Amino acid sequence: MTRHLFGGGAAGIATAALLGLSAGSAPAADLTVTSFGGTYQDAQREVYFEPFKQATGLDLVEDVWNGGVGAIRAKVEGGGEEWDVVQVEAEELVIGCEEGLYEPIDWDALGGKDQFMDAAVDDCGVGTIVWSTVLAYDADKITDDPPQSWADFWDTEKYPGKRGLRRHAKYTLEFALMADGVPPDQVYETLRTEEGVDRAFAKLDEIKDDIIWWEAGAQAPQLLASGEVIMTNAYNGRISAANEEGRNFKVVWPGSIYAVDSWVVLSGTPHQDAALQFIAFASAPERQKDLPNAIAYGVTHKGAAEQIDKEVLADLPTAPDNLAVAIELDTEFWVENVERLTERFTAWAAQ
Amino acid sequence: MTAGDTALTAVAARERAALQWRLRRSERRRGWQAALLVAPLLLFLLASFLLPIAGMLLRSVDNSELRTVMPATAALIRDWSGEGLPDEQVFATFATELRAAQQARALASVAKRLAYDLAGLRSLLMTTARNLPEQPAGSWRASLTGLDPQWGEPATWAVIRRAAAPLTPLYLLAALDRQQDAAGQIVRMPPERAIYVTILLRTFWIGLVVTWWCLVLGYPLAYKLASLPLRTSNLLLILVLLPFWTSLLVRTGAWVVLLQREGPINDALLALRLVEEPLQLVYNRFGVYVAMTHILLPFMVLPLYSVMRGIPPEYIRAAASLGARPLRAFVRVYLPLTVPGIGAGCLLVFILAIGYYITPALVGGANDQMISYYVAFYTNQTINWGMASALGAVLLIATLVLFALYARLVGTDRLKLS
Repeated sequence: MTRHLFGGGAAGIATAALLGLSAGSAPAADLTVTSFGGTYQDAQREVYFEPFKQATGLDLVEDVWNGGVGAIRAKVEGGGEEWDVVQVEAEELVIGCEEGLYEPIDWDALGGKDQFMDAAVDDCGVGTIVWSTVLAYDADKITDDPPQSWADFWDTEKYPGKRGLRRHAKYTLEFALMADGVPPDQVYETLRTEEGVDRAFAKLDEIKDDIIWWEAGAQAPQLLASGEVIMTNAYNGRISAANEEGRNFKVVWPGSIYAVDSWVVLSGTPHQDAALQFIAFASAPERQKDLPNAIAYGVTHKGAAEQIDKEVLADLPTAPDNLAVAIELDTEFWVENVERLTERFTAWAAQ
Repeated sequence: MTAGDTALTAVAARERAALQWRLRRSERRRGWQAALLVAPLLLFLLASFLLPIAGMLLRSVDNSELRTVMPATAALIRDWSGEGLPDEQVFATFATELRAAQQARALASVAKRLAYDLAGLRSLLMTTARNLPEQPAGSWRASLTGLDPQWGEPATWAVIRRAAAPLTPLYLLAALDRQQDAAGQIVRMPPERAIYVTILLRTFWIGLVVTWWCLVLGYPLAYKLASLPLRTSNLLLILVLLPFWTSLLVRTGAWVVLLQREGPINDALLALRLVEEPLQLVYNRFGVYVAMTHILLPFMVLPLYSVMRGIPPEYIRAAASLGARPLRAFVRVYLPLTVPGIGAGCLLVFILAIGYYITPALVGGANDQMISYYVAFYTNQTINWGMASALGAVLLIATLVLFALYARLVGTDRLKLS
């Protein structure tokens, strides 16, 4: 009986795996676009995918991934022709471009580089959204004199309670330096020196016992909602989404770090023309302007940014007021140093 | 012996030979049939298990980047003595191949490989390639050193020379917190980079603790199940197996909800006035132990149960009738009989536990991550597959050593998996 049941379970798992595989391999479509899923991809479907299908009559198929340039390398090296267009994060753009995983972008077909914000322009990719890592707190719990900076985040006497931070050297070191009084525009300059890194870790020592480290983006609003932490760093879109479900979370924009996600075309795709056609379609200002209404991310085309509602704009990383007090993630710095600093971060955590 | 007898013996010998031949043939045929029946599984194992492991072990010593992108430099620098600086010919070849590599967009792989050995070489290579003059100002040595003084340091060239060897110990050494210095001697990593031995020990420690708790919780459960009537125990076994039908993520998430600061367990403790402040039960090692023990418990119960079912109750009764008290009968008779089940359950749980990744990532703190976390980090985030493979290889080898030790102590013949 034991064996029988166990065998049944194993067979069930195997069947599920096979079903998963067959569901994962898309049928021969004109174009496969892969993005990060969830409510974000729902918004993209409404604003980009469906209108594109109607406008061109092409058969667009979607897929979902969770990031990691390793996945893209496996697709390209495996000769996989499953994915054509993929949305990637800034680091994946730089590493993948150096590894030759993406087709070069024809910027003339998109109306020229000067139509887009600088951070969205790259030889291998076209920026599509701007998202921010911000300080967030629950305004129902901190009612008077709310935190306004990373220095407040570090102030455990004024705001007792645990703090949430993403378990990664990236962002954490930048925030620590800002809390220690480094002006935002000098953060990466400081981090490029050994003393700067030492200074960031010394600052982290101060609140080491008060930190709850999170891993997945959804954990940050969950930690706030459950009262596990009094404040946390978080992705701005997740905070807006939680507020739509009735939460009263607030975002502190000064000292936030924004990054751009880009469309890339995987090299060797047989659907290169359709892929570029899609990117041009989804980068046009008349399309991009509708995205912020569906989800709280900024867009990259200068023409689109002008057409966004004032009320919607206030919650976006690209609102001029928010942008002015934020810094851009230095992708070059992290591509160069991520392994060294991750090792150091791990060694620090083990002390 | 008569002539007739001789003829008879000859016939018998012939028949025996023919019979033997037929027997051998049918045995051979049966052998082939057996081989054919096993072949699909064998091929499957070869393709899905042995080859990838061999590939991983190879990748952990692979050193092909420089030799592929800059073959002439790689060949030349192997002849350099390592004393002082290489001669002008090496500099000139290097400069030519550097330009070619940049134009072919192939430089990044070399730059990354060199930076694994010496931090900062990635940007040195990339900037040098961007600023390289068409013609050398005097000698290439002078030009390169003029662009960046690092080109005038023997340490830089020692790294390039090491990158030109067919195989490299770099990743395996790094996975053991060791590195080669400029002279090629194996030395310890500086403390802020020496993390993997600690993480490996931590991985095994967490595996051991989880195995221990699975045994402590699973043994009485299996014992109770084995002593119940078959009908009842089968029903209860379904409950043991129920978690297999639930996603691992859901089970882990459920533990977060239960254990969090304002979760039901803390609420209950506060309501009972057992604690005054909510306890920190999750996002630390405690949470990792609890969630992993829960997830892995069935793997302990099943082999234990199947072994216990096979122990005739007469043995205990015999021990009792010979005057043994219940405890003594258990310790001297029952417990030794269940050792194969204990061995199998512990081995299964331990080996599954040391490969865990997602559960510690979600319920653990920064100091509770196991080695798979770093394998995933190098595979997915930075695509340093050499390092990922080396960590995998170290884990594999350490596990095999432990298994050998276990086989020596307990004996593989005393293992009963179901």
